Amino acid sequence: MTSSLHLWLIPIVPFAGFLVNGLLGRRFPKAMVTAIAWIATVIPFIQVLTIAARFSSLALPYSENLGRWIVAGNFHADFTFALDQLTLIMLLVVTGVGFLIHIYSAGYMVHEDGYWRFFAYLNLFMFFMLTLVLAENFLLLFVGWEGVGLSSYLLIGYYFDRDSAASAGKKAFVVNRIGDFGFLIALFLLIAHFGTLSFSGIFSQITLHPEWQCGFLTPIALFLVMGATGKSAQIPLYVWLPDAMEGPTPVSALIHAATMVTAGVYMIARSHVIFDRCPLALTTVAVIGAATALFAATIGLVQTDIKRVLAYSTVSQLGYMFLACGVAAYSAGIFHLLTHAFFKALLFLAAGSVIHALSGEQDMRVMGGLRKKIPITFWTMTMAVFAIAGIPPFAGFFSKDEILYQAFISPNGAGKILWFVGLLTAALTSFYMFRLWYLTFFGESRAHEAAAHTPEPSHHAEKEEHKHPVHESPWVMLLPLVILAILSVIGGWVGVPAALGGHAEFFHFLAPVTQNGTEAAEGSKSLDLLLTIASVAAAVIGWFVAHLMYFMKPELPKQLAANLRGLYTLLLNKYWVDELYSAVIVTPLLLVSRYVLKGLLDTGVITGGSLAMAYTTQGVGSLLQRWQSGNIRSYAGWLAIGAAALLLLTYFGFGAHFSFR
Amino acid sequence: MVPISYYLVLSAILFSIGVGAFLIKRNIITVFMSIELMLNAVNLTFVAFAHQWRHVSGQIFVFFVMVVAAAEAAVGLAIIIAIFRTRNTLNVDQVDLMKL
Repeated sequence: MTSSLHLWLIPIVPFAGFLVNGLLGRRFPKAMVTAIAWIATVIPFIQVLTIAARFSSLALPYSENLGRWIVAGNFHADFTFALDQLTLIMLLVVTGVGFLIHIYSAGYMVHEDGYWRFFAYLNLFMFFMLTLVLAENFLLLFVGWEGVGLSSYLLIGYYFDRDSAASAGKKAFVVNRIGDFGFLIALFLLIAHFGTLSFSGIFSQITLHPEWQCGFLTPIALFLVMGATGKSAQIPLYVWLPDAMEGPTPVSALIHAATMVTAGVYMIARSHVIFDRCPLALTTVAVIGAATALFAATIGLVQTDIKRVLAYSTVSQLGYMFLACGVAAYSAGIFHLLTHAFFKALLFLAAGSVIHALSGEQDMRVMGGLRKKIPITFWTMTMAVFAIAGIPPFAGFFSKDEILYQAFISPNGAGKILWFVGLLTAALTSFYMFRLWYLTFFGESRAHEAAAHTPEPSHHAEKEEHKHPVHESPWVMLLPLVILAILSVIGGWVGVPAALGGHAEFFHFLAPVTQNGTEAAEGSKSLDLLLTIASVAAAVIGWFVAHLMYFMKPELPKQLAANLRGLYTLLLNKYWVDELYSAVIVTPLLLVSRYVLKGLLDTGVITGGSLAMAYTTQGVGSLLQRWQSGNIRSYAGWLAIGAAALLLLTYFGFGAHFSFR
Repeated sequence: MVPISYYLVLSAILFSIGVGAFLIKRNIITVFMSIELMLNAVNLTFVAFAHQWRHVSGQIFVFFVMVVAAAEAAVGLAIIIAIFRTRNTLNVDQVDLMKL
């Protein structure tokens, strides 16, 4: 037993920050709110760094029991935090990226109303996210899981006076509830079969019983997947994420790109022991992941709102992570999670910087030519674009390549198809990211065309009043960009595969957590190299096409859109999935709720029933009231009738058994 | 010796007259008198049975009833006087305040 690491401090400090800012922040000056929020995130970050520094000397897995929580018979769930390699990586991502985004937010949000509210929610999110990754049992994980959902809801609806933001928050919350329903069912099944929710308890039981294959583990795994699809925005529950872009941009970066949405991937990787026993569930995960990756990427091709492109890109990249988990390459999934956290957070923050520079403009059609005007944003974003497009040696290249490689060599029968879908998606990803890059930073400024397009509702209504000329963001925003840009470049170097002369340290590091009985098939180095060349080629082709269409011949996209009218409309309208859901699920549900549940059941049966009872009582009462007339003779009459009736009963009613003596 | 049924029939007739008068009459004094009539009808049966069974308890019970009746008459007449003073009437149908 090593000395206590005080893991509980890691989530509790942001919570304290939330309490202070949330309860008292309204009266604090902005500088003080900022200081509290920064301190509340930098302390956990430093603590995680110190833990990481002495990590190799720790006895793992380390766990810390803070006391009983729920006890019911033999079942108990405790406040237990645990630390292992996977948790450490998640902690580093959450606290590190979280801290950078806190810094950035101080610059980005400075003109907004409710500045204190924003930072209070952000700290609350940190608390729940850290609880989620530190939890040692499914129930505590679920608390964090729901908590991040709550913070996400609060932050998406940050501009709550705008209708679209309020309903986007609601949508995110409701869609997540559908997934959480599956998660809850999985938890109930786990309790029913294992009598515990502790990770170590469940996984050790499974390890002890090699004969448990599929069977009762499959529904558990599938319900867990359902929960993960909700949180990680996968088909069919991805629809909330693009709408979540209504929130402020730092929120999109932190919650809807780097951390919260990866919780589903984390959860699957965490419970991989269950998934390893269920080929069906694994295949489901892989197919969902690949389908989502391709689907979201195609939508991303034609979006014009800079944040929407990034949102669909996030959905697509999360699909990659699912794909990796689905072919039992959990380390690769977590690796992509790590690099994605860097470059996608950077993309969002840089996009935020662009939006900031343009005083709230989000439509890429009216951007252009910003390269010279905001050079630091341009260069940092370039790093991120190269990283996500998979150009070596940037971070995204290594992680994406690893996923594709693992998909190709997986024993799963569909492995080759999954690989091809992944490759196609890689090309599409490269295309739409470079499209964004060219549209935003190159060519002539198209700001004068703004009137030609329907003006988007400004995200900075307040700033609209005093429009600044295009300006570079302050240093408090640029510093996180620079740090994340560096990480986007070098972040992938921890997992360089052997085929490229690396040592894949990342995978060896994670091996104690993610290893499973059935070791993934080993491919040869030459195969790895071949696949690498293929994925680089895909990325370069995507780049080249984007270069052709948006740099060389800017009129080409319009022609293409005109020629492929149907396809273009389909993509522009996101396959009408929102409309489909609305028609098939939401509208019938609303109708049933309004007319059957409210109209018939609530008003008719429940209210009607109690009203009927009340009126019956009242009616009978008003009838009986006349009996009590106050008239002595009528009372006497009733008395006489009663006596007579008794007499008659006595003589004739009770029969032979009864007689006076 | 007169058979007991004679007494009982007489008693029943008296009681019925009492009940009938109670229901029909509106004057409080008359109503009061009909109550006395019913009590005395019952007293008659008590005495008849006491005589029949050669048992003294019936006779004693009659005394109790008479005492109660006397007390009741005292209280009742007082109430009647009070009602008459406040309302200037002895019609029971007009004394119907005790209702909801």
